[in-house]
Amino acid sequence: MAKSELKVNGAKYDVELEPNVTLLDALRERVGLTGTKKGCDFGQCGACTVLVNGRRILSCMALAMMHVKDEITTIEGVGKNGTLHPIQTAFIEHDAFQCGYCTAGQIVSAVGLINEGHAVTDDEIREAMSGNLCRCGAYVNILAAVRQEVRRAGI
Amino acid sequence: MTTTLTRGAATGTPVDRIDGRLKVSGAAQYAADTNLQHAAYAVFVTSTIARGKIRAVDTAEAQQIGGILRIYTHENTPRLTQPPPEFEKGIVPHQIVFPLQSPDVVHYGQQVALVVAETFEAARAAAARVRVTYDAEAPVVDFDDGRAERSKPDEFFGSPMQSSRGNVDRELAKAPVRIDNIYTTPTQFHNPIEPHATVAQWQDGKLRVHEPSQWVIGLRNYLAAIFKLQPDDVHVLSPFIGGGFGCKGFSFPHTVYAAVAARDLARPVKLVLTRAQLFADAGNRSRTEQRLRIGANRDGKLAAIDHATSMAGSAAGWFVEPAGMTTGMLYACANVRISHEARKLNTPASTAMRAPGETPGTFALESAMDELATELGIDPIELRIKNDAQVDPESNQPFSGRHLVECLRRGAERFGWKDRPDKPRQRRSGNDLVGYGVATATYPGMRAPTGARVRIDGDKYVVEVATHDLGTGMYTIMAQVAADALQVPISRIECRIGDSTLPQAPVAGGSMSTASVMPAVQAACVKLRESGAAVAEASVGPGDESDRYSFHSFGAQFVEVHVDEALGRVRIARALGVFDCGKVLNPKTARSQMLGGITMGIGMALMEEGIYDARTGRVVTDNLADYRIPVHADVGEIEVLFVEHPDYVFNPLGARGMGEISITGVAAAIANAVYNATGKRIRDLPITPEKLL
Amino acid sequence: MQAFELLQPADTHEALEMLARYKDAAFIAGGTTLLDIMKCGLAAPPTLIDITALPLASIEADHNRVRIGALARNSDIAYDARVQKQLPMLAQAFLAGASPQLRNMATMGGNLLQRTRCTYFRDPAAACNKRAGGAGCDAFEGFHRMHALLGTSDACIATHASDAAVALVALDAVVEIEGPAGKRRVPLEHFYRTPGETPSIENDLAAGELIAAVEIPHAPAQRHSTYLKVRDRASYEFALTSAAAGLEFEGEIITSARLALGGVATIPWRSRDAEEALVGKAPDEDVFRQAAEIALSGAVPRRDNAFKVELAKRTIVRALQIVERGP
Repeated sequence: MAKSELKVNGAKYDVELEPNVTLLDALRERVGLTGTKKGCDFGQCGACTVLVNGRRILSCMALAMMHVKDEITTIEGVGKNGTLHPIQTAFIEHDAFQCGYCTAGQIVSAVGLINEGHAVTDDEIREAMSGNLCRCGAYVNILAAVRQEVRRAGI
Repeated sequence: MTTTLTRGAATGTPVDRIDGRLKVSGAAQYAADTNLQHAAYAVFVTSTIARGKIRAVDTAEAQQIGGILRIYTHENTPRLTQPPPEFEKGIVPHQIVFPLQSPDVVHYGQQVALVVAETFEAARAAAARVRVTYDAEAPVVDFDDGRAERSKPDEFFGSPMQSSRGNVDRELAKAPVRIDNIYTTPTQFHNPIEPHATVAQWQDGKLRVHEPSQWVIGLRNYLAAIFKLQPDDVHVLSPFIGGGFGCKGFSFPHTVYAAVAARDLARPVKLVLTRAQLFADAGNRSRTEQRLRIGANRDGKLAAIDHATSMAGSAAGWFVEPAGMTTGMLYACANVRISHEARKLNTPASTAMRAPGETPGTFALESAMDELATELGIDPIELRIKNDAQVDPESNQPFSGRHLVECLRRGAERFGWKDRPDKPRQRRSGNDLVGYGVATATYPGMRAPTGARVRIDGDKYVVEVATHDLGTGMYTIMAQVAADALQVPISRIECRIGDSTLPQAPVAGGSMSTASVMPAVQAACVKLRESGAAVAEASVGPGDESDRYSFHSFGAQFVEVHVDEALGRVRIARALGVFDCGKVLNPKTARSQMLGGITMGIGMALMEEGIYDARTGRVVTDNLADYRIPVHADVGEIEVLFVEHPDYVFNPLGARGMGEISITGVAAAIANAVYNATGKRIRDLPITPEKLL
Repeated sequence: MQAFELLQPADTHEALEMLARYKDAAFIAGGTTLLDIMKCGLAAPPTLIDITALPLASIEADHNRVRIGALARNSDIAYDARVQKQLPMLAQAFLAGASPQLRNMATMGGNLLQRTRCTYFRDPAAACNKRAGGAGCDAFEGFHRMHALLGTSDACIATHASDAAVALVALDAVVEIEGPAGKRRVPLEHFYRTPGETPSIENDLAAGELIAAVEIPHAPAQRHSTYLKVRDRASYEFALTSAAAGLEFEGEIITSARLALGGVATIPWRSRDAEEALVGKAPDEDVFRQAAEIALSGAVPRRDNAFKVELAKRTIVRALQIVERGP
């Protein structure tokens, strides 16, 4: 057990960490940010997607201690000061979720996708979002929301 | 849990989900998000044999890990007996066999020990170190294993599983045209993205449980019975559920043992099932093998149908998959026999999965109808229209509203059905063969007695029902109906659901929530408005209309496939679902339900397959890489249309359910389209490359 | 996942020194293989050595070669303009693997060293010769639809799961290794070991060694190349079959060819015999098909994966057609 500092959504959190604590479990159980979800814990569903230095990764397959120097962004940090990010508004507008459990991962993944700047066409967006499973089958609407934001970002 | 909206709306308009903001910002609290002070963490150890007895559980190595609080085995758990099932009270155990009470093991992955620790990491590490030895017996796992005990179940929730009308054998023999084929569907797994999870806490002898449950009242009553408490002393909270599709409807042992640990340790306990554990301990859709024989006249009129289903059953459970249930009702036919046989296997207990029975049953029936159409040289849509019925041929009651023909015709026009290749292998697009397929979708309309309460709280109206939103949109349509009934803007409505202390509602299953809850909400709100009181309650249920009418929703599924035959790849180029579900209370959320069911149907048709290793009974596809559910890239354009004929006979809102009809017919439409494209008839799901090469 | 100590060296020398000093230590970089294996309960190293700070992430290219540092992330390699231009089959192979998030995490070295997806390998309760020699193999009579046809033995039929490694063997990649004894270079084609009687030995890496980089020498038939992956669903899935193919033409005639297979072999499978059969020919479906027959001629099919013999041949033909017709 060691005292570590994690930088999440622009704030610093002091947490007790053992080396075998994943970034996901650190966020959910020790920092207390439960917006990021555990769907499979084996890197197969994408529900745990967070940004590390602006890049999307799977927090269940990362060790928290290996990211103490990094800027971590979770779903709680996508909006600012109570105002929703346009991608979040787009998700509501297009009904791009149903049960909402994969949604944090989808949204953070979409932010990462836009940061990457490679996916432009519908097929490219579908492929680039394929690391986020949705069992409710909201894919059609998620595409609509992400497409809207990709266009707005002028990619 | 309370939610509010800031825009005006009314029933029938596409209001944004009022819980949307919470979901997109990570603020919606699911069970495992409940972080209580001083909580301990619990992780199960599960069996690595499918049949036999536990010889010994060695916890010595596990106990060496720091922070272990307790390790439960069948030798030290309190003696507990599951209550006998009482469906009216919602006391419905998922499994007959209750784990951790005896050395008996009846399926691979059965819970055999529970480790409780200060941290999740310690519990997980210790669970991996618990050494269980077994006296194993040869399990019966294979569907075709001759040792599997076979039985003929009488009924499925009141509907007969063995029935016959007319003279099927004579009419089949006489029929000028006959189809006789076997269709198979594999074991399927729900795989909601949220695993089952319990946070249990005791206070002054009362139990509070956070659990994603499709039946909070049912789970409450189950827990009260098993712990010998008054129902009022158990509180089940389920404000947000991360998907269910049926696997969170009944009551599970993990909830009980989280509560046992919480009581013993006098601190809250959080227990989350792993994804692999879901494949053994959270239910599945039974595998089916269905023989469908249809006899018809040359003009397409059906003469006789014999639909015989074999289903995988479990030694651990009681649920079976009634695939033949739709066949007696769907088309006009005087001679119909339905039969079901269950084969008892040492595999995990099955449970309801989105349209249980209808889903595999419509795959078989709607594929067979397509084969019949080919045999007869009749258009598949015309064949269905020829055999439409306005009186339920099974119950002899008129349908309260049946608009299948309209769905088929509207869909045909919208889809461009006239451009369908009239023979297989006629149309190409690059490397692909192109084909169109159609199938009927159907699901019964069900409704149960439900209560609702509305009270004034400042400038808000708080509407309370112990119902559930598993992504179905219940929060939103409840608010819409309340707003209209109270004649106020929707921004003044707060909905509280997913709480067992609220007025009674049925399981969020059978697509019955809307039809059950909305009349109660409407009645309570009207009562409040008319009486001028500060609070009003209403309890309403179906009347005798269910004795006089047959309630079903119908639809038509259209699919265009592109088959790259060289590589065995099937792509759904576009899909269209046209549905008559009565009044559509919210077109936005309704469309999403349909998109979701069609997407799940694509998974069923093309990729989902649960596989058991016959030697061990283990689900070898026990993860989300090997059990394939559709990804973004699998889903192209899907359009949804509603043919709206409010069904006021069914309930005052005119609405029937939506969640399950959406998956029915999809797999058949896809298989039919694959036939139209390639000339290959695949009767065995999923349609994977090796079946097309 | 059991508890462990985490060390974070600053340079390669320190990392190798730690590996030698700490018993049963393991390197961790992207973590996507190691943490997966540890969560399955297959490994419990008491010490993890985080090598992400090592200066091994650069991608260099000139007219002679492309050199990819072992710590370069999969996505950075895939989107590198020079890799996309000079080695399209490699960029495509990286992009065909896993998901965007995993590609952002996984490294070049880790990709090469990833473990098989065989369900019995991943289940500690199952019999697996790769994990424990002589224990037996549950896959032979069990679920083996995804398993190998080529390079198999009586001890093991597990498929190698990497896409990038398939393209790299087609490209004559060379692995640069550093260890206590110094540096050495091994052609990737010889780096991997088929199971034989010792399935637990998967590659040439000796105890105490670290992959430092992968170098691809410039050669014909790289620029016009593709990676074709066939799977049950459209993305985020390991291959049923895959082919890395490259062709060079002079007029109508093939002057050089590259072909390697994935999803069907115990190691990334270079098909030199098939390549020879293509050289000197004018491309058409029959010629491609003949090469495919040669490539699969050593296949040992089993009950549930026999269909992959034909599917692999067709994958090869299609991949060659894609290269021939251009993007």
